[in-house]
Amino acid sequence: MSTIAHANHDHHDHKPTGIKRWLFSTNHKDIGTMYLVFSLIMFFIGGSMAMIIRAELFQPGLQFVDPQFYNSMVTVHALVMIFGAVMPAGVGLANWMIPIMIGAPDMALPRMNNMSFWIMPFAFALLLGTLFIEGGGPAGGWTMYPPLVLQTGKAFPFLIFAVHFLGISSIMGAINIIATVFNMRAPGMTLMRLPLFVWTWVITAFLLIASMPVLAGAVTMLLTDKYFGTSFFNAAGGGDPVLFQHIFWFFGHPEVYILALPAFGIISQIIPTFARKPLFGYASMVYATASIAILSFFVWAHHMFTVGLPINGELFFMYATMLIAVPTGVKVFNWVATMWKGAMTFEAPMLFALAFVILFTIGGFSGLMLGITPVDFQYHDTYFVVAHFHYVLLTGAVFALMASVYYWLPKWTGNMYDEKLAKIHFWLSTIFANVLFFPQHFLGLAGMPRRIPDYSIQFADFNMVSSLGGFAYGISQLLFIYIVIKCVLGGKKATAQVWEGARGLEWTLSSPPPYHSFTKPPKVTKALMDY
Amino acid sequence: MHLNKSMARFLSNFSVIFSLLFFLNPNLLHAAWGLNMTQGVTPISQDVYNMHMTSLYVVTIIGILVFSVMFWSIFHHRKSKGVKPAKFSHSTTVEVIWTLIPFAIIVALAIPATKLLARMDDTSKSEITVKATGYQWKWKYDYIDEDITLYSNLAADSVDASQKNSGIDPKTADNYLRNTDTALVLPVGKKIRIMTTASDVIHAWWVPDLGWKRDAIPGFINDNWTVINKEGIYRGQCAEICGKGHGYMPIVVKAVPEKEYLAWVQETKLALKSKKDSGDKELSMDELKSKGEAVYKANCLACHQANGQGIKGVFPALDGSPIATVKTRITEHIHQVIYGKNNMPAFGEQLSDTDIAAVVTYERNVWGNKTGDIIQPKDVAASRKK
Repeated sequence: MSTIAHANHDHHDHKPTGIKRWLFSTNHKDIGTMYLVFSLIMFFIGGSMAMIIRAELFQPGLQFVDPQFYNSMVTVHALVMIFGAVMPAGVGLANWMIPIMIGAPDMALPRMNNMSFWIMPFAFALLLGTLFIEGGGPAGGWTMYPPLVLQTGKAFPFLIFAVHFLGISSIMGAINIIATVFNMRAPGMTLMRLPLFVWTWVITAFLLIASMPVLAGAVTMLLTDKYFGTSFFNAAGGGDPVLFQHIFWFFGHPEVYILALPAFGIISQIIPTFARKPLFGYASMVYATASIAILSFFVWAHHMFTVGLPINGELFFMYATMLIAVPTGVKVFNWVATMWKGAMTFEAPMLFALAFVILFTIGGFSGLMLGITPVDFQYHDTYFVVAHFHYVLLTGAVFALMASVYYWLPKWTGNMYDEKLAKIHFWLSTIFANVLFFPQHFLGLAGMPRRIPDYSIQFADFNMVSSLGGFAYGISQLLFIYIVIKCVLGGKKATAQVWEGARGLEWTLSSPPPYHSFTKPPKVTKALMDY
Repeated sequence: MHLNKSMARFLSNFSVIFSLLFFLNPNLLHAAWGLNMTQGVTPISQDVYNMHMTSLYVVTIIGILVFSVMFWSIFHHRKSKGVKPAKFSHSTTVEVIWTLIPFAIIVALAIPATKLLARMDDTSKSEITVKATGYQWKWKYDYIDEDITLYSNLAADSVDASQKNSGIDPKTADNYLRNTDTALVLPVGKKIRIMTTASDVIHAWWVPDLGWKRDAIPGFINDNWTVINKEGIYRGQCAEICGKGHGYMPIVVKAVPEKEYLAWVQETKLALKSKKDSGDKELSMDELKSKGEAVYKANCLACHQANGQGIKGVFPALDGSPIATVKTRITEHIHQVIYGKNNMPAFGEQLSDTDIAAVVTYERNVWGNKTGDIIQPKDVAASRKK
């Protein structure tokens, strides 16, 4: 574990300062930081929309918002959380960590990196701006199903172009990641030595490139249906409203794994570190990730079992969906086997990672249940589904992101975060996320549809519990901001190694790392990863 | 107050609920708390429930096994206990085993699921056919062989209580948001084919006790069937987001013995006929206004609001709007109700001449609209012919 940090301090350090450093940045760490800060802001914007939703659902009757605004909160909350919070957070981590993990000085395409970030604030200005124009924001659900979405008022073109911009940004980010990993690895960093986080991101990047253009096509067809008289999705004009759903979910299901795979990568970095033991079944992890990614293109119609597919179609998509449980199971088993006979400690990143394994698996279980077509006819579009995807995305993806921030924050800032506060943040988040989402399983099974602003009396009790959990979860996240700011401003100095059991190139650089990560490629040997 | 009472009720049962977290006793679950899926009242809904419980047991057992191993490890393999970490990093045998076992479990689940799906798919030999058409935001039911067409709106007391800050306790409304003015009446013990479609956007027809939901898609007709075993009233609601009134289009199925059903068919046919014939009657302003208010509440209020102000930028105001106040535009007003405009649906098919006359009269003589205009059913009939 020698440190090669100080040697290269001053050679190429002609970096701009002030606002220019950020506006024109081509540095992977600065861009990574901007992505992460942006996603945190979006997490809170999307979160406050969730608070409005939970406040309205706190008790039966309509107290705070009218149904149209409620629908637009449901719609924009989803878009902001998916495209604004979770995806950019993943790209931010990739920017920060991939060059460092593979021994590169920077990303392969730094100028494009800058553009792919700076598109996003404009895209979200378009999207969030619609909330303040006459007629309000889009309110047809983030899935944008026609014909309903075509009833959107002035917000419609803003929605479409925001989605286009976000797609372009994602594709550029994905190209950059693939180019970096395939061209800039240090000598000795063979593909099967890549850290799992890098592997999952490469596979995610391919998913992005394959699926985002499909979404772009779908929303463009919506645009021409609305303004140029085409009838792609208009039955009266010879079109098919269900066609949109097929196209949308051909993007939408891989999108689920675009959110989840980087989380798998993060967890696969953290568990070995704190178990002080190599990741169990590295090769099978890589193959399982690739299998999940490939399968994700063959399961889209499980989101639309109730549209009236022919029975053979329903059977195909049921079998394919259930099959995903196999590689996902392999991953969970591998994580548990990594812990087995390790010497574990339980710092905040590990706590979040352990909670991830349990709670993501619970989300996977309800996913398997949802995959069984005849029963899905009952579950579909109820709160059971809402509970399912929040287990996978909040206690899954978001928990993994929280884990990653605690894991790498000392590396990024050079300071240790406040472990005691971080543990409090963990327990509050875990307890209240479950109070928030577990009762929603019951609500769905008892018959409460999703996306309704008001409900029948028999759903009152669990909705109140869920709302209380929601408020408490929301407030707990303020603690996270405090911990991060406190750590950025100061704290106990972090060593280069940071965590006793951490392995990999990122821990050979100083904390924080030098401006141009590896100016001389390090030599990677098998011993680097050994315990 | 509401909060305290509900919280107390919740807390007193907190332990019960959470001891049932892993669904160890389905009967207990079903009885009191609305925690679990209904077993429903059809053979299919019972099978769906059983399939649901099977998969729930399977994942629960897998969960207990995996998490037990994990927690064993968490408690015993920790650094603070002074253990030295092992060095192993893979085992092909173990990896093959834990790939094959889940695969086998999935096959075991898929076989009964396939059989059940095949049975649900078979709509042949049905004795009665009903077409359910979704509208923003109501259901239309056509009894195909009987020449009966019904429109089913959210019940009036629910409409009142569901207005923002209505001051009406939802508990006082009969089956709040799950009650309609007109029920779908069906006989028990008969195979009933229920076709779903929609006139404007996608809706979904769902009564949990029947064991399935199905999308209602404009331009397409989906086919489903049910046999209801038990008399009773079964409630559900639209399950696909369909705009502002998505939470306000319930479904009520009233299952009755066949004899009662046949009597109901005759009665309803007569009632529908007499409603049609009453079109040439002259009505007074008061009669029109009171009838118009009911029609407004069921059909217009969701968009144009109780105060006639609409929602700025989305739904135009009627209060003070030229079309509802200028005398020369009466025909245009009637026309718009009959044929719709932009996002406004056409009501010509679903409302009778009397209904339209009443609601147009009402709209021209309520809020600040004090035109004194009276529109008679025959005016509407004349307007339809143009």
